[in-house]
Amino acid sequence: MVRPIGALVGLGFVFVLLFSLITGAVNFIKEPPAPTVEHEFHLHPKKLDLASNGPLGKFDRQQLQRGFQVYKEVCAACHSLHYVSFRDLQAIGFSEAEVKAIAKQWAIEVPSVNPDTGEAATRKAEAADKFPLPYANDVAARAANNNAIPPDLSLMAKARHDGAAYVYSLLTGYQDQPAELLKHFPDAKTGAGLHYNPYFANLNLAMPAPLVADGQVTYADGTTASVDQMAKDVSAFLVWTAEPKLENRHATGVAVVIFLLIATTLAFLAYRNIWAGTKH
Amino acid sequence: MSFPWANHYAPKHPAMQWIDERLPLPRLVYNAVGAGYPVPRNLNYFWNFGVLAGAALAIQIITGIVLAMHYAANGDIAFASVEHIMRDVNSGWMLRYAHANGASFFFIVVYLHIFRGLFYGSYKAPREMVWLLGLVIFLLMMATAFMGYVLPWGQMSFWGAKVITGLFGAIPFVGEPIQTWLLGGFAPDNAALNRFFSLHYLLPFVIAGVVILHIWALHIPGSSNPTGIEVKGPQDTVPFHPYYTAKDGFGLGVFLIIFAIMLFFAPNYLGHPDNYIAANPLSTPAHIVPEWYFWPFYAILRAFTVDFILPAKLWGVIAMFASILLLFFLPWLDKSPVRSGNYRPTFKMFFWILVIDVLILGYCGGAPAEEPYVMISQLAAAYYFAHFLIILPIISRIERPLPLPGSITEAVLAKHGETAGEAQPVAAE
Repeated sequence: MVRPIGALVGLGFVFVLLFSLITGAVNFIKEPPAPTVEHEFHLHPKKLDLASNGPLGKFDRQQLQRGFQVYKEVCAACHSLHYVSFRDLQAIGFSEAEVKAIAKQWAIEVPSVNPDTGEAATRKAEAADKFPLPYANDVAARAANNNAIPPDLSLMAKARHDGAAYVYSLLTGYQDQPAELLKHFPDAKTGAGLHYNPYFANLNLAMPAPLVADGQVTYADGTTASVDQMAKDVSAFLVWTAEPKLENRHATGVAVVIFLLIATTLAFLAYRNIWAGTKH
Repeated sequence: MSFPWANHYAPKHPAMQWIDERLPLPRLVYNAVGAGYPVPRNLNYFWNFGVLAGAALAIQIITGIVLAMHYAANGDIAFASVEHIMRDVNSGWMLRYAHANGASFFFIVVYLHIFRGLFYGSYKAPREMVWLLGLVIFLLMMATAFMGYVLPWGQMSFWGAKVITGLFGAIPFVGEPIQTWLLGGFAPDNAALNRFFSLHYLLPFVIAGVVILHIWALHIPGSSNPTGIEVKGPQDTVPFHPYYTAKDGFGLGVFLIIFAIMLFFAPNYLGHPDNYIAANPLSTPAHIVPEWYFWPFYAILRAFTVDFILPAKLWGVIAMFASILLLFFLPWLDKSPVRSGNYRPTFKMFFWILVIDVLILGYCGGAPAEEPYVMISQLAAAYYFAHFLIILPIISRIERPLPLPGSITEAVLAKHGETAGEAQPVAAE
């Protein structure tokens, strides 16, 4: 009984699937899907070599500090970094005193309560605080940014395909719309308040190019602050904010794999030893 | 039950004797996974995957229990609590990456375990119950994994929950009330997150219970083997311990090395970047895809694109569930008396076509729902159903199998160029 019923059910599924296939194929031939502007002009991220890449990668702390400086002076005006605390900065080479100073001088204050009246107030940030939010709420963020919410950057290097390479490409990818694009897709002209960038998924984003001129920040370590260098540095910094335990993970991984290789070799020898007299 | 020549438990230490007389638990373990369980001597490395699946379950339960101590199942703070685990909990990053990748590795070893069973006919009499219980474990694993993926409350968590519970909405008339009832609301929210967390904590222990039944059922006829012929005498078997404990120890080592490489050097490779964005009901991701281990079934779900009597979506849902449920009937669909694919030339060919077919389905399930992937998955899904429901029953009727060896020992000795006359005795423990 099982087999005749099974065969009928099977034939049913096969029939409906082939019917779907033929219908789809006919539609595909009758009306081939028109190429979309995203399909034609979207670019994959450029290559980005960072010290933290690869299975044994470590952070370049000088670079992370430069990247932090770019975040502080350029990005922080609109983008939060809300899963990172000021105290975490000690991990990229700032001393405890420096971290306290950075927190104290941070332009945005932390919401607080007036101890005398109980009214809402703000206070200076402290080392234990997370980086404070630049906007009080989403409505304020939208109002200030042409109806777009600047996303939190803490996890940006893990929340996009190709992570840091994507951030670097996006920051250095602003350009005028190619004439070719406008010729073939006249409807795809970049709208008011938007900016063309082929590394962005739908090619137009609300954020204007944040890194516009060489020397926009002045690096303490004397590195020339070209747009390309600033974009690299801030991308490296965002790898750290997204994965602060990366070095620890790589080091632990090496130790674990070496231990397991030795243990597995011993297990293999034990297995061969036990089976030595037994054909199998 | 066991073979008459199985070793008998005889505790030497007075403490073990004392315990065994009052609670024969040591005896149970000895007979289940110790020297008291005779196993065919010719098992190949594909027989390691049952133990590896057990190890993967243990890893998931242990890491999961510790993660639950730090996780907060509340829509407002779930995402942040996962970041708290990654940044502030001692070795929290290791626990979470081990748990997330552990789920993938659990499915990898279980899929290999299932395909081993398919190739060597492990589902056939008298082991049907072992197969059926294994499928129950597989279904429980899928439910557990799905609910676990919702817990970080990222974009894919939220939209995955919405799409999968939406499948129940395809049921005519009662679909929408069922979906609302499952979620505890009209869309995934705090109620859904809390019940998923509760069930995600419960189901692994249910799995552990069914695993015990799975092993119990296995021990009635004893383990199958690559020749597919039954054990005929003591020379065909070796005691599980130390022979297969040693071999499984080596297999476990290899498994852990690969697992560790993934965990420490590419922990996000199998995940989706969108799940590092906090859940946002107002922003739909461009491509909603489940975890890789659901891709073949997701491809079947999306392969139905035409309303034919029933709506296309309902066809997809029925077919997706049917693609798993039909495996429950496999022992009665494939009636060939020969178990092992090694002696079934026609079956063997179609088996490998099925393997490639499922890989193609997996690839299409992970790809965006556009051409040519939809057409490819329609062909591949059609083959999947045809394979189990039409081709397999026909093969088992018309195929002429190769001659089987006389016994397991004969097959082993033939491999070493000897004759059965010099069958060696089973090594004493």
